[in-house]
Amino acid sequence: MYDLIVVGGGPAGLSAACAAWDNGLRKILIVERDHELGGILNQCIHNGFGLHYFKEELTGPEYAGRFIQLLGQTGVEVRLDAMVLEVTPDRQVHMVSKKEGYRVEQARSIVLAMGCRERTRGAIGIPGSRPAGVYTAGAAQRYVNMEGWLPGNRVVILGSGDIGLIMARRMTLEGAKVLACVELMPYSSGLNRNIVQCLHDYDIPLYLSHTVTEIRGERRVEQVVVSRVDGRRSPIPGTEMVFDCDTLLLSVGLIPENELTRQAGIEMDRRTNGAVVYENMETSLPGVFACGNVCHVHDLVDFVTAESQRAGAAAARYVLGGERAGGESALLQLKNGDGVTYTVPQRLRREQVDRMCEVFFRVNRVCGDSEIVVTSGETQIAAFKREHLAPGEMEHISLPRALLDRAEGELTVSIREVEKQ
Amino acid sequence: MYDVVIIGSGITGSAAAYELSKYQLKVAVLEKENDVAQGATKANSAILHAGYDPVPGSLMARLNVRGVELARQLCRDLDVPYEPIGSFVLAFSQEQKAMVEQLYRRGVENGVPGLQVLTGDEARAMEPNLSPQVVAALYAPSAAICMPWEYCLALAETAAVNGVEFYLEHPVTALERVDEGWKVTAGGQVFASRYVISAAGVEAAQVHALAAPCPYAIHPTRGEYYLMDKSEGGRVSRVIFQCPSEKGKGVLVAPTVDGNLIVGPNAQVVDGEDTRNTAAGLGYVRERAAESVPSIDFRQSIRNFAGVRAVADTGDFVIGPVEGAPGFFEAAGICSPGLSAAPAVAEYLAQLLSRDGLELREKERFQNTRKRVRFNRLSAEEKAALVAANPAYGRVICRCETVTEGEILDAIHSPIPPRSVDGVKRRAGAGLGRCQGGFCGPRVVELLCREQGKRPGDMLQDRAGSWMLARETKGGAAHV
Repeated sequence: MYDLIVVGGGPAGLSAACAAWDNGLRKILIVERDHELGGILNQCIHNGFGLHYFKEELTGPEYAGRFIQLLGQTGVEVRLDAMVLEVTPDRQVHMVSKKEGYRVEQARSIVLAMGCRERTRGAIGIPGSRPAGVYTAGAAQRYVNMEGWLPGNRVVILGSGDIGLIMARRMTLEGAKVLACVELMPYSSGLNRNIVQCLHDYDIPLYLSHTVTEIRGERRVEQVVVSRVDGRRSPIPGTEMVFDCDTLLLSVGLIPENELTRQAGIEMDRRTNGAVVYENMETSLPGVFACGNVCHVHDLVDFVTAESQRAGAAAARYVLGGERAGGESALLQLKNGDGVTYTVPQRLRREQVDRMCEVFFRVNRVCGDSEIVVTSGETQIAAFKREHLAPGEMEHISLPRALLDRAEGELTVSIREVEKQ
Repeated sequence: MYDVVIIGSGITGSAAAYELSKYQLKVAVLEKENDVAQGATKANSAILHAGYDPVPGSLMARLNVRGVELARQLCRDLDVPYEPIGSFVLAFSQEQKAMVEQLYRRGVENGVPGLQVLTGDEARAMEPNLSPQVVAALYAPSAAICMPWEYCLALAETAAVNGVEFYLEHPVTALERVDEGWKVTAGGQVFASRYVISAAGVEAAQVHALAAPCPYAIHPTRGEYYLMDKSEGGRVSRVIFQCPSEKGKGVLVAPTVDGNLIVGPNAQVVDGEDTRNTAAGLGYVRERAAESVPSIDFRQSIRNFAGVRAVADTGDFVIGPVEGAPGFFEAAGICSPGLSAAPAVAEYLAQLLSRDGLELREKERFQNTRKRVRFNRLSAEEKAALVAANPAYGRVICRCETVTEGEILDAIHSPIPPRSVDGVKRRAGAGLGRCQGGFCGPRVVELLCREQGKRPGDMLQDRAGSWMLARETKGGAAHV
């Protein structure tokens, strides 16, 4: 019997396990499907990780290394090359590996930290032929950074998500010609610093409000056709540009990998594609927590770490019996008001909040000077000023416990743009 | 000297190879692509039709009904995923209801068992997600779904195990009639054979023309599809057709044997093997499918594809000896229900050859079994036992479909070894799932390289020329 089983040894799983250890749990197991800890950070050899958490710029492997080192100072058990096949509602974890065979382990608590996967060509339905040379940006990144192979020589990138932007630079540095980065929306979904450092610095054009409307080539990509789109994201005939290329990279979104979560019958949020969680990252299944990209897709690993530490600490508190009586009356539902796509957590139990409750969310449009307004019924609970909001950048606010005491039943987070004088 | 050379290793050619491998014959299969099942066989609706569609008395009608009867046992013997889930043909108007009733009568005449005409409410009671507009439905309990390329692979592999020689990447370029049979030039080699069977799919007329003037034309007809995530797999539990038109059986919605949902096809005449997807074609498929099952969530799409069916202008299958070319037989115009009819087509071809003088003496030892490990279909206890016996089944390579290293090694060492990453996909299922090989692709490359002594730079995604990796990075390849 384990106090805690953590599914996934990426940044979320590592942080959760360390935090659970620091909060008193001793029998902890991390199950990782790859042959080493660190998750996707291992292929992210660029820098820019850790600015918030460590106040310095680390590469992905370095960032992971810091936590692997911390983990080494604990007694947390790690099983590598082991795949979790099922998590049951009574907290049994079925796993399989070459070394240990098929095992079923019982846990007092579970942290789900499986991360996310990339959206593919099939998810967005790009017309044309289906040759080799269409890769998700992350798959290309793995080939370049882990395997030492360049997937192509002349590249077009669809989507301006961060991995796509990073790969534009990476492929250029490896001698490939990146012809264009094409974004369906009128704004990039990537971080501004990546637009500057990965596209502008290398004279790679960014076509906003454009998309790939056809892939050509029988065996290997030979051309892609790019068209401008109108306000309803439909391609405008007559605006086609043809790029001669052998590779199309897709950076068109990430999807939390929640097959185990769904299988366990845990309540899901259609907006985040992750589990519905409470203030401490607990899911609808008591003692089962979710954190990191499996819960909602983050931009920065630093925030994954912070969120996962909360989940790990909460798992410890759950096992060690430190939960305070919540009571139905103190349950607050978070609602997405105007301009808000989702919030995490989706629910909070007021009595569980010590001093502050962190609420993460994304906006659904680019906004200038704005106020983030938190209301409960007719009552405004809080307002926070922002100079700039964009869907590509996750936002968060901290709600003091004292303010929560004024709320009843629900909390609505909305955006109010401030009129320019 | 071969007894029979078969041109093409789609479902028809492979079924013929399987059928002939039962007898004491020297048989070769010539395939232009680098794998079997590369044409319409790998890109269709994956359905074994009950047999109420074809006009009574046609070859299509006879061979469809006989084919699905044979398929039931064949799929069991050769371990091909097969599920007799039944089908509906929906009527949305009184006019269509009359068509459904006509199909019922046609089906009865064709010998299709268990047909029933249901009211709209009866149909919805069985399939709650059907449109409220449905007024009647033909229910055919004998319709089944299967895994088409595995069906073909199973037939081809069993043929190979029983001595049939497969020559991949051997496109036929010349046919010459000689005294005792034919000289077939393919891939730079000459194959002498008493008989030739052409099962050349979309290129049937071209191959025919190498032997004799061709009296028919093939109109390649493209159908486009959506394959949806397993989250949509439960949307219907039977194959849901609409009323057929002159353009084909219309857009269907059906579960797949892997638990996904397949939606399609449209029907568009194209030049040759043009398997492109188009915005218009996919839009049409979405619209029509929503008429049958309005709640389909197309955001759950994991892949689009298209297949080209070899439709002959004769309106029926073209099966038999070719006039002016003694010893040359063909199975042409094998469009839908070609997958359903395949084993019956093969049986029929064998009869024709026998009537022409080919002696069919049964082999003393014909191996009529095939078995493969499907880790994700095993119970927890079976998984535990399997991994204990062979740890390679304990390493999951494809996360979406839970395909293990052991299964991929089985595929790599199968009787017709894969020559590409997609070849592994078709044999073991790695990369079929929602991430479409994003995670497992590099690992499959690694295993293929290790087992076949190749380098990643040689690796193909699918057909010849579909190279995956351009060159090593400046720092050089990692290991391998």
